[in-house]
Amino acid sequence: MLDQERWNRIVWRCRRGMLENDLVLTRFLAARGRAMTEDEVALLDRLLDLPDSELWDLIAGRREPQDPAVGPLLSALRRA
Amino acid sequence: MSALPVRKFDAVIVGAGGSGMRASLQLAEAGLSVAVLSKVFPTRSHTVAAQGGIGASLGNMSEDSWLWHMYDTIKGSDWLGDQDAIEYMCKMAPQVVYELEHFGMPFDRNPDGTIYQRPFGGHSANFGERPVQRACAAADRTGHAMVHTLYQRNVRARTQFFVEWMALDLIRNADGDVQGVVAYEMETGDVMILQAKVTVLATGGAGRIFAASTNAFINTGDGLGMAARAGLPLEDMEFWQFHPTGVAGAGVLITEGVRGEGGILLNAQGERFMERYAPNLKDLASRDVVSRSMDQEIKEGRGVGPHKDHVLLKLDHLGPDVILKRLPSIREIALKFANVDCIKEPIPVVPTIHYQMGGIPTNVNGQVVAPKGSDPNAVVPGLYAVGECACVSVHGANRLGTNSLLDLLVFGRAAGNHIVGQNLRAQGQQALARDAGDASRARLARLDGASSGESVPEVAHEIRKTMQAHCGVFRNQQLLAEGVRQVMDLDARVARTAIGDRSRVFNTARVEALELDNLIETAKATIVSAEARRESRGAQARSDYPNRDDANWLKHTLWYRDGSRLDYKPVNLKPLSVEAFPPKARTY
Ligand SMILES: Cc1cc2nc3c(=O)[nH]c(=O)nc-3n(C[C@H](O)[C@H](O)[C@H](O)COP(=O)(O)OP(=O)(O)OC[C@H]3O[C@@H](n4cnc5c(N)ncnc54)[C@H](O)[C@@H]3O)c2cc1C
Repeated sequence: MLDQERWNRIVWRCRRGMLENDLVLTRFLAARGRAMTEDEVALLDRLLDLPDSELWDLIAGRREPQDPAVGPLLSALRRA
Repeated sequence: MSALPVRKFDAVIVGAGGSGMRASLQLAEAGLSVAVLSKVFPTRSHTVAAQGGIGASLGNMSEDSWLWHMYDTIKGSDWLGDQDAIEYMCKMAPQVVYELEHFGMPFDRNPDGTIYQRPFGGHSANFGERPVQRACAAADRTGHAMVHTLYQRNVRARTQFFVEWMALDLIRNADGDVQGVVAYEMETGDVMILQAKVTVLATGGAGRIFAASTNAFINTGDGLGMAARAGLPLEDMEFWQFHPTGVAGAGVLITEGVRGEGGILLNAQGERFMERYAPNLKDLASRDVVSRSMDQEIKEGRGVGPHKDHVLLKLDHLGPDVILKRLPSIREIALKFANVDCIKEPIPVVPTIHYQMGGIPTNVNGQVVAPKGSDPNAVVPGLYAVGECACVSVHGANRLGTNSLLDLLVFGRAAGNHIVGQNLRAQGQQALARDAGDASRARLARLDGASSGESVPEVAHEIRKTMQAHCGVFRNQQLLAEGVRQVMDLDARVARTAIGDRSRVFNTARVEALELDNLIETAKATIVSAEARRESRGAQARSDYPNRDDANWLKHTLWYRDGSRLDYKPVNLKPLSVEAFPPKARTY
């Protein structure tokens, strides 16, 4: 269970410049909630470092991630 | 109350989108101390979403001139745009585009190395005679490329960014001079005064006041709320551009390019209804015409789906090759947000809020202006506004595509230059108003002290629902009057919100409650202004007053928060150097 602070921080980082990303990330957060593990959050944080257009390319499946570690998380985002 | 900590700068800019960073660049390069605040990392500002391009009469594809661009803009604005500002913008357009190129913007190129320009709705040569290619773009990533280019330049020029800082309120002294902002640091929950000789609002649009919106969640109209609470008027807020093709239920924009490639709109009977409304241009008529036609079909019961609340955008007849090659991102959007594969099935779409033409009134220097005595445009000392939150007014009642990114560059730069011209470094800071920060602290104290009250997400949802139902594509007196009543009820509910989370670090519930204060001001300004304007012009379509009425309504609306009062001021029909373009019928 994530603590409130960690959760709040990740929620705010999911505020993006493109509506496409806002919508997918909101759905994902709503589905996973604070049950996310620390490892997942760390991976999500890494994806959230990307510029919006690159993040959207990954979510939309236009590109594959350079870092295979984010694979499972990205699949979850793609399904969200 | 004990005093808030104070930090001092020559200039504080609220907003790190295209407009804020274009302004900050001028200041930082001139050696001023500049603080730029942003709720999110600068390169996550909403400008990154812009795809289409930046309008400028470079004439790289065929002959073009700023005067033709000026005519298109005035006509697009349905004559509500100020012709001095429009002349200035169109004349400056090539220069700001070349500057951006020089900063390293990766524009698409022609084989001869010049900037490639693409066609766009409403861009014409020789005063409406034939289409002209005027839009400068970086693939379908124009806004993204622009924000990244400006950010790099700003870092080089040592602009100081305050990331994840939210400005709450303007500080004004008894004479009305603006002295900076009160800001909230999300990381710590600390509140601070950022004192400045000059303050620039560049907070972007407020598209989130509507349920169906192409705007990202961050567009809550904070600068508009701050200006309204500081006693300043908001101009022409009834004018909101609808994009005809937002994905139903999600809002995500489907570019005009789809219809450009041959996509067509169908109603529940499978009829290509645009043939009835616009026999010549059909599905490619201007944004407002297509949006109104779609709305009419839905209102008359020919909408699609269980609630008959949308129409269909059909493109499967283009064949998989065209779709995959020329419109790849559309297929992904349709799959993800409408759950349809557009190679086989049509996409459900509705007219969707896209752009706010009105905003904080300014002159061509970006200085905020408000009526004082007999002067309708008296400068508010120390305050500037640029970008979508400002109303200079170049878009009037309807914005021409690609003119917003241009507006950011031209007026961001102009405001920067005007500020640099004031020799701020030689001036001291004013004595800070004695009550500086009190209003913001009272807002926070109320929120932290409320043990129970209205839910923030719920009230925000009600605002969006009400605005969508009562202030949509087609408006009439009955709808609007009832909408005003409901929005005023919601205003009272906003004052009674409470949040469960009292933590300090990254308290997003608190941030959203503070944003709600801005959403409601924008919603009130919009619907009260729309109710009062008894005519149809540009994006404001009233079924009870279907015609433009220049005799009574060729004027700008000014809405004040105090008593939700309205005032009006004349449109400037006098350009800077050329003959005026007198109003005439707007037909395409
Ligand atoms: C999908 C889409 C496509 C578009 N395509 C085009 C196009 O092709 N051509 C065109 O000309 N126009 C286009 N537009 C319109 C154009 O993109 C916007 O009008 C423009 O980018 C707005 O820029 P801005 O600098 O005013 O604000 P934004 O880019 O929205 O930036 C606002 C900034 O203010 C900050 N901020 C807001 N409130 C606060 C606060 N309280 N405290 C601190 N910081 C705050 C934000 O963090 C952000 O940094 C498009 C719009 C959309 C939605």
